[in-house]
Amino acid sequence: MFAIVEDPIDAARVSAAVADPTSGAIVTFIGTTRDHNDGRAVTRLEYEAYPEMALAEMRKIADTARQRWPIAKIAIVHRIGVVPIGEASVVIAVSAAHRAPAFAACHFAIDRLKEVVPIWKKEHFDGGEVWIGSQTGQRFTE
Amino acid sequence: MIVHLRFFASLRERLKMSAAERTLADGATVAELWNALCRERPDLEPLSASVTFAVNREYVERTHRLADGDEVALIPPVSGG
Repeated sequence: MFAIVEDPIDAARVSAAVADPTSGAIVTFIGTTRDHNDGRAVTRLEYEAYPEMALAEMRKIADTARQRWPIAKIAIVHRIGVVPIGEASVVIAVSAAHRAPAFAACHFAIDRLKEVVPIWKKEHFDGGEVWIGSQTGQRFTE
Repeated sequence: MIVHLRFFASLRERLKMSAAERTLADGATVAELWNALCRERPDLEPLSASVTFAVNREYVERTHRLADGDEVALIPPVSGG
């Protein structure tokens, strides 16, 4: 399951999507929106995606994870639009016969997603708003 | 040749548009496209170090040669998650 959605993500459903009878572990990562960043209060977060490419990059992350670790299934769902504080912006679930590869692949998938998947986060705070990433000048390279 | 441009996030807001088309010389590179855009909009120039490019939904280097009908996305630093 790879998806970009505008509604709340049901993490249980994402976990269920990777359930597999050969697996003894499901690791689910839930990224949630935080009420502070860089020492200032965040009032809301808003996400934008290049959806067609974001889905293609999610599939590449899954392919790479499958090559590196013996995992069964992987699901990645990202929410876009306004995500109220405390709600899930991203859910990644990985199943595997054993827990170690499931943890490793899930950790890899969220790290990689943050580096390459074309999705952007705008932080709204009292008195302003900023697109995260743009102010640091960090650049994707490989 | 004509290429189809897409702008996202900070770039979309700065340019006040999410898509555009540009006519380029055959065989033009991504770098040549970017330089042409910077001539139109000098305020893009400071972003040169941080913007990356995707052609037909694949990241490319600036030396990549464009073809007629390509979809070129200008990608500010990503910040999903």
